[in-house]
Amino acid sequence: MAEKLLEVKDLKVYFEMKKGLAKSLFGKPEILKAVDGVSFTINKGEILSLVGESGSGKTTTAKAILQLVPVTGGSVVFNGEEIVGKSDLTEFRKKAQMIYQDPYQSLNPRQYISDIVGEPLEVNGLVSTLEERDAKIKEALEEASLIPAEDYWFRRPFELSGGQRQRAAIAGSLILKPDLVAADEPVSMLDASIRTGIIDLMLKQRDMKGVAYLFITHDLSLAWLISDKIAIMYLGKIMEIGTAQEIVHESRHPYSKALLDIMPIPGKTLTEKRKILQGETPNASADIKGCKFCGRCPLATEICFEEEPTYKEVSPGHLVYCHKVEEEKTSD
Amino acid sequence: MKLLEVNDLKTYFKTSKGYVRAVDGVTFSLDHGECLGLVGESGCGKTTTALSITRLLPKGGEVKGGQIFLEGVDYATLTDKEIEDHRWEDVSIIFQGAMNAFNPVKKVGWQIAEACIRHKGMTKDEAWKRAGELFELVGIPAERVTQYPHEFSGGMKQRAMIAMALACDPKLIIGDEPTTALDVMIQAQILELLEDLRKKLNMGMILITHDLSILGETCDKIAVMYAGRIAEMGTVDDIFNHPAHPYTKALLACFPNIYSNERTVPEGIPGIPPDLIDPPEGCRFCPRCKCAFEACSKETPEFKEISEGHFVSCHLMGKEENHG
Repeated sequence: MAEKLLEVKDLKVYFEMKKGLAKSLFGKPEILKAVDGVSFTINKGEILSLVGESGSGKTTTAKAILQLVPVTGGSVVFNGEEIVGKSDLTEFRKKAQMIYQDPYQSLNPRQYISDIVGEPLEVNGLVSTLEERDAKIKEALEEASLIPAEDYWFRRPFELSGGQRQRAAIAGSLILKPDLVAADEPVSMLDASIRTGIIDLMLKQRDMKGVAYLFITHDLSLAWLISDKIAIMYLGKIMEIGTAQEIVHESRHPYSKALLDIMPIPGKTLTEKRKILQGETPNASADIKGCKFCGRCPLATEICFEEEPTYKEVSPGHLVYCHKVEEEKTSD
Repeated sequence: MKLLEVNDLKTYFKTSKGYVRAVDGVTFSLDHGECLGLVGESGCGKTTTALSITRLLPKGGEVKGGQIFLEGVDYATLTDKEIEDHRWEDVSIIFQGAMNAFNPVKKVGWQIAEACIRHKGMTKDEAWKRAGELFELVGIPAERVTQYPHEFSGGMKQRAMIAMALACDPKLIIGDEPTTALDVMIQAQILELLEDLRKKLNMGMILITHDLSILGETCDKIAVMYAGRIAEMGTVDDIFNHPAHPYTKALLACFPNIYSNERTVPEGIPGIPPDLIDPPEGCRFCPRCKCAFEACSKETPEFKEISEGHFVSCHLMGKEENHG
């Protein structure tokens, strides 16, 4: 059996909203539930994609796992060790890294590429001599296909194209040889033709070094392409989680189905009108009593507005957060 | 008469290093009620083409050659003063990034009403009423005309942007990446709205995007641009099912298809687009093209019609014929 790397249980991240003085003195504080009870596991060398619209809590989940935002509740076990509330995170930081969305903003414009990539080594005191440092940077740059490394050594980010910048950012994250990388929409800013090169680079690291990824994206087809497992998020909750094939071809939750239904397939002419969900995602600070999705769900009935659904296992590892799923089964 | 005819359009930007040939010989036409998708990677000249048609080029940009006929009027030769009467009335544009396209300190309804007063000679009251009607048309409650942009969500701002573009019943509407910053569900809503409006109002439409996959359902024709030129143009069926240009084929292969049985990561296109200050001789895709041969780096391929309405700019086309 595959070895468990990360286990997230009932993770919650709440933010208190800022408001006027009078309200903050007399009213109840308004709470924004960015992540509201998320659980999943990632095995070594596995890729789990979090898919959802903006505001669904994908990025906050990743940041909470990496302890970059305060966690309100739940547990994060990494390599068998509880991370939430741990005071010394030095070891954890070396083993869990993040890649950000926008390579135009995530790199320091005043630094040389070699310094950006090599900084984690110095911060963590992993190299003692200059030669050792340079050798490691060279290796990292070459692994990221920035070849020859010397050409990029004394360049600054503005001299690189978007794809090259993202490669440099990835080289910086991978230089510490992490076990887990949280990649927050790493290719959404890049052109389609550049995109696959970056994906390829990330997959190679997985195959060669067993890096596991928490991959955040809004693009379901991309998630399907690379992931072992996919979790569909909506308003801070996982709606459905399963293998990539299960989510894309045997989805059970109405929200996953809606997302799949609007996916444009190049070259396929439409035979019938798409079922597009009307309205927009409600504000995450809104108090929703029942199912988070009830307001926009085409199948919603009374119970959906009253009671929160539980996760139902429709097949091993394929969990669905919906009242209607079992009913479907019995009626079949 | 065709609604829009663009002939050999050349738009250059003046920089200290020389002219950037952002658009360098683009030719296409559009009928009333027809929709053309303009697709390509960043920097290929899609937006510059749109801005040339509406004559909204930023400083340094200049139409250096070619004609832009909209119902027989050559927009390329009009003075700045003359074009003002045509802009919004005949051709309007939905800008990229609706989040930032509105003036944040003016009411959304007023920003639409302003255009009606300027172009249609309406009174203030009439213009406000018109703004309300337009809001209803794009699916926003009319009473929200008096709100400010920050009170709108991203999808609603984009809808309001569309309402603004429709204010003076234009014959041609240009959507410059109208859904790029939006969530997938909202993107589907906006595309559906544009499609409905186009049919209802019989407008011509140019939809600019970098995402080839969304064009299949909305457009009649697609033009694939690369480095300031059109590489291939044809019907949706031509482009998706019978692509002829190596760039079109490579670009199509970059989009994962969830209905294929195998999950293989597409190859992508190695290399980067050329520098448009000093573009390569011959075909501009040549340095990245897998099929390139001698002639490709020497001569510019002609824009050839290989079947009715299907144009390709590639030396391979002639080559195959010779061999066959």
